[in-house]
Amino acid sequence: MTERAIARPRVRESAYAPGLPRKRGAAVLMLASAPMVLFLLLPLVALVLRVSPAHMLENLASPQVAQALGLSITTTAAATVLTVLAGLPTAFLLARHEFPGRGLVSTLLDLPLVLPPAVAGIALLITFGRAGIVGQHLSQAGIQLTFTPVAVVLAQVFVASPFFVKSAVSGLLAVDREVEQSASVDGASPLQVARMITLPLCWPTLLGGAVMTWARALGEFGATIIFAGNMPGRTQTMPLAIYIGFEMNLNVALTLAAILLGASFVVLLLVKGVLQLRIRDLDSRLA
Amino acid sequence: MRLRALAALLLLAQLLSGCSTPWGRASASRNVTLYVFAAASLTDAFQQIGRGFEEQHPGVRIVFNFAGSQRLEQQIEQGAGADVFASADERQMRAAVRSGRVKPGTPRVFARNRLVVIYPRSNPGRLRGLRDLARPGAKLDLAAREVPAGSYALEFLSRATRQYGTGYRTKVLGNVVSYEDDVEAVVRKVELGEADAGIVYESDVRQGDRQRLRVIEIPADLNVLARYPIATLEGSAHPGLAREFVEFVLSPDGQKALRQHGFLTAAQQQKRTREGR
Repeated sequence: MTERAIARPRVRESAYAPGLPRKRGAAVLMLASAPMVLFLLLPLVALVLRVSPAHMLENLASPQVAQALGLSITTTAAATVLTVLAGLPTAFLLARHEFPGRGLVSTLLDLPLVLPPAVAGIALLITFGRAGIVGQHLSQAGIQLTFTPVAVVLAQVFVASPFFVKSAVSGLLAVDREVEQSASVDGASPLQVARMITLPLCWPTLLGGAVMTWARALGEFGATIIFAGNMPGRTQTMPLAIYIGFEMNLNVALTLAAILLGASFVVLLLVKGVLQLRIRDLDSRLA
Repeated sequence: MRLRALAALLLLAQLLSGCSTPWGRASASRNVTLYVFAAASLTDAFQQIGRGFEEQHPGVRIVFNFAGSQRLEQQIEQGAGADVFASADERQMRAAVRSGRVKPGTPRVFARNRLVVIYPRSNPGRLRGLRDLARPGAKLDLAAREVPAGSYALEFLSRATRQYGTGYRTKVLGNVVSYEDDVEAVVRKVELGEADAGIVYESDVRQGDRQRLRVIEIPADLNVLARYPIATLEGSAHPGLAREFVEFVLSPDGQKALRQHGFLTAAQQQKRTREGR
């Protein structure tokens, strides 16, 4: 119950420092934020300034860049879809039910967020690798996951899925239970309640979580290079191509880095825009 | 308001300029730290050498940065605070010379290494000889061509093509499942049985690994001799000590440690080449 109270309304309240006149407060805070904002901004600006558009177009056509780009798009899409499909039931379970071990599952979801990706890579390797506890049985059936795009997707799901699940849990908790319950009283089945009531009410949070998962998967490096290896066109995603390319061809690395930066920025901006519209829409309907 | 903005800017400028002083380097204190950037394949040998050097120089601590030589060279070029660079090939040392961090003419070759093919003891690829690397379906792990071990491996494959027929190199490269960022990663993945075989340095196969790894020797006429140069770096905070470390690596003690870890020293190399030719 208390979780619900925290999850919803507070966000929209004024966040100004008390006691200061509004305008002055904002100016002081802007000034105080400048070092942080500049620190985050400067390296990105430097990166964009280093890549000339002509070079970028030229490099875009190079097979290494195109392959890495294509592979990153397909694997992150697969990882995000898999995460949403497998993560929604978990989110419903955590948001709607008390059960023994709930705290454990919840903590387990936090773990990949703090774990160094290299740990994830080694763990995946000794689980799904050819000699791993699961992998050896797969291997007998003639399936090897390591060094394949499937391994790339698994590494991405491992490190990125918690973003979606955690976001989905908070979204589900924010949905008014009374609305759900009255629908249920009116004879709706649990699935119907979920489809007609719960999901329409919390989809912005779900979308936000899915995008965070996608963005994290897009940047995944450590687990991938250990578990999936580095093979252009097969397992070399953009972050790997950037890392390897940095040594030989700075231009390729810079082009990929700029693309990654641009794509992430645009997608995050779009999703934030959509979410804001949606929230305003909901608010005006409630008013 | 203006004043405050100015003060904040000044503070920022001060912070930014402060970044150029090498923080974190214990140059003033009596306890001196020497930063040695060394090729990943040198890990075990140099750790032993480092311990020996520390024993002879009380108060000196050696901190190693082991990685693919190409990555170390990049870091050095970008101004990493290092005192000594030990590379697994001369190409990366030349790059360090070009960047101005190594004085021309100072690098000295301190060790040599040969390539071998390794495979897991269980031999999942059923390899029996070098020819089998070209068999369809064999899963081969290599160091990336940017890594010294990777470029040496490509050189070996080109030489082998002359012996095993055209297409050998292409077929073998068609079997590569991954290009690793340093040669140690190749050893680990073959050891774990993920790949059927890998091409690494002879020195990479340690005593402990022999239980899990098997080796196919590469004949001398096809093999590539990796030459390891070492040099002190311009901009080192302890140039004298850095030179002493280089001398120690070249001394009988240092050379003995390298031999113990499977490297060839200068004298050995000449003998073996004569045998091979």
